[in-house]
Amino acid sequence: MRQTAYREINDHEDISSIYIYEAPVRVWHWLNAAAVVALAVTGYVIGTPLPSYTGDPSTVYVMGWIRLVHLAAGHIFAVLWVMRIWWAFVGNSFSRQLFIPPVWSQRWIDGLFYQVKWNLFLVSKARRYSGLNPLAHVTMLVAFVVPSALLVITGYAMYAEVAGHESWLYALFGWTSHITSNTIDLHTIHRVCMWVVLAFMVAHVYTAVREDIVSRQSMVSTVLSGYRLFKRD
Amino acid sequence: MRQQTFYDVIREQGIPRRDFLKFCALTAIAMGLGPGGDEAVAKALETKPRLPVLWLHGLECTCCSESFIRAAHPLAKDIVLSMISLDYDDTLMAAAGHQAEAILDEIVTNYKGNYILAVEGNAPLADDGMACIVGGRPFADQMIEVARHAKAVIGWGTCAAFGCVQAAKPNPTKATPISKLIRDVPVVNVPGCPPIADVMAGVLTYIITFDRLPDLDRQLRPKMFYGQRVHDKCYRRAHFDAGQFVESWDDDGARLGWCLYKLGCRGPTTYNACTTIGWNDGVSSPIRSGHGCIGCSEDGFWDRGPFYDRVVDMKQFGVESTADTIGLGAAAGLGAAMAAHAGATVVKRMLDGGKNKGNEDGEG
Repeated sequence: MRQTAYREINDHEDISSIYIYEAPVRVWHWLNAAAVVALAVTGYVIGTPLPSYTGDPSTVYVMGWIRLVHLAAGHIFAVLWVMRIWWAFVGNSFSRQLFIPPVWSQRWIDGLFYQVKWNLFLVSKARRYSGLNPLAHVTMLVAFVVPSALLVITGYAMYAEVAGHESWLYALFGWTSHITSNTIDLHTIHRVCMWVVLAFMVAHVYTAVREDIVSRQSMVSTVLSGYRLFKRD
Repeated sequence: MRQQTFYDVIREQGIPRRDFLKFCALTAIAMGLGPGGDEAVAKALETKPRLPVLWLHGLECTCCSESFIRAAHPLAKDIVLSMISLDYDDTLMAAAGHQAEAILDEIVTNYKGNYILAVEGNAPLADDGMACIVGGRPFADQMIEVARHAKAVIGWGTCAAFGCVQAAKPNPTKATPISKLIRDVPVVNVPGCPPIADVMAGVLTYIITFDRLPDLDRQLRPKMFYGQRVHDKCYRRAHFDAGQFVESWDDDGARLGWCLYKLGCRGPTTYNACTTIGWNDGVSSPIRSGHGCIGCSEDGFWDRGPFYDRVVDMKQFGVESTADTIGLGAAAGLGAAMAAHAGATVVKRMLDGGKNKGNEDGEG
């Protein structure tokens, strides 16, 4: 049977596990998590710097190192996204599920509302899904994929300002100045997106752990092993 | 009769050739011309007829003119005012009333396509332009009419380039940058509030010397003066990289000349030549005198306050909220919601567990 990523596992189905996340996706997930943490920490202190260091500036390079870590992690973040999108084309069906919400499916829309109700304790049994549940899917797109794209674009647009208007970066990302005529807007958008991604991360970890406990399907171990395990009750 | 050149005029005024050549050399350096640049400037100023310049004043504060007449080189006032033939400038000219307005028609007719229009300020469009009336007509009409046959239009200052303070939200007079009103004639923006005198002189000199406009960037600013950020050339940059910041006015860091980033310096997002050329004959610049850059040459700087904070206000979310206050607020709200949610989950499981197991270990 051809695997479709979005599939409800009905209560009568006796499936114990499905292989969902292939190794590149799992590796991407954890490297991405590390990059996001490094970016958020260094990014926060670039916008609101640490207390000053004393000493001669010829030997002190604190902000310089923070920026270096941030820029390096930013490049890694972007490259990881390129890799992830490439894998969506060549990987299994679950690897592209994230990018294509089946909004045309009535059952999926229904599942979205059902999942909201489930989180508000209005229904007592969680539906089981092979890949992402509809609510997780929407949240990931809106609160992670979209802000990540904005972060990469505004990040490189700001880096183009550093590299100069003659640089290839400016040739690629200089168009942003038609939208944000004052480049300080790039900083503001970048920072708002950082907060959105951080909020997503917190909710993501909480929900994964909670669902793992109460929703009759595995979450945390899945992103380590790749297998989603199902319980009947 | 041969048309007067710039050189003729300054010799008439008794300025020695030595000073003239000094000016040429300084200007060539300021424009980033290579070896021989000074000779090119000198030759152009000696041979080319003076260019008529019409200088219109729209909705503005005249700080650009104030800056311009203080051009740094000792002779700049004479030189710059003689280099061009400043035929109309209602702030500086002797003529007034109909006599003054007649000059505009005369130049437009006699020098069609061969004069420069310099616009200081912008044009308010609300209420048929009533907020700025010149010679009994809305300024916008006058400007568009005079611009039609100009060789090029120079927009002096952030007003002309981007709208500046009078275009700050909610922009009651609908003050509009000149590049949005002038079609078919090239526009050069020279932003700054005011622009640096030597930048203004440099732009004019370039146009006269090479008979063409300088290279412009996406926002129509001459690359030679607006190609780099204030941050890129800041003499305090080493302290930025070191992480040494002035934390409050008059603290030890301020005395040691540390970086003003934490006090809101807009150097990293501002394109201007302040840190290289300096102000008032290179005497100082805002950062050099201990105050952060407020980004006065950038579009919309007035709506991106406060000037003393790096993380700027986001008016969309109410007065004085920044990305950080919104982010922290959202994080706190989310944290509280999740704690409540987790608590509810635990309670529900306990209740459900109680139901499943019957009365054995019920409410107890």
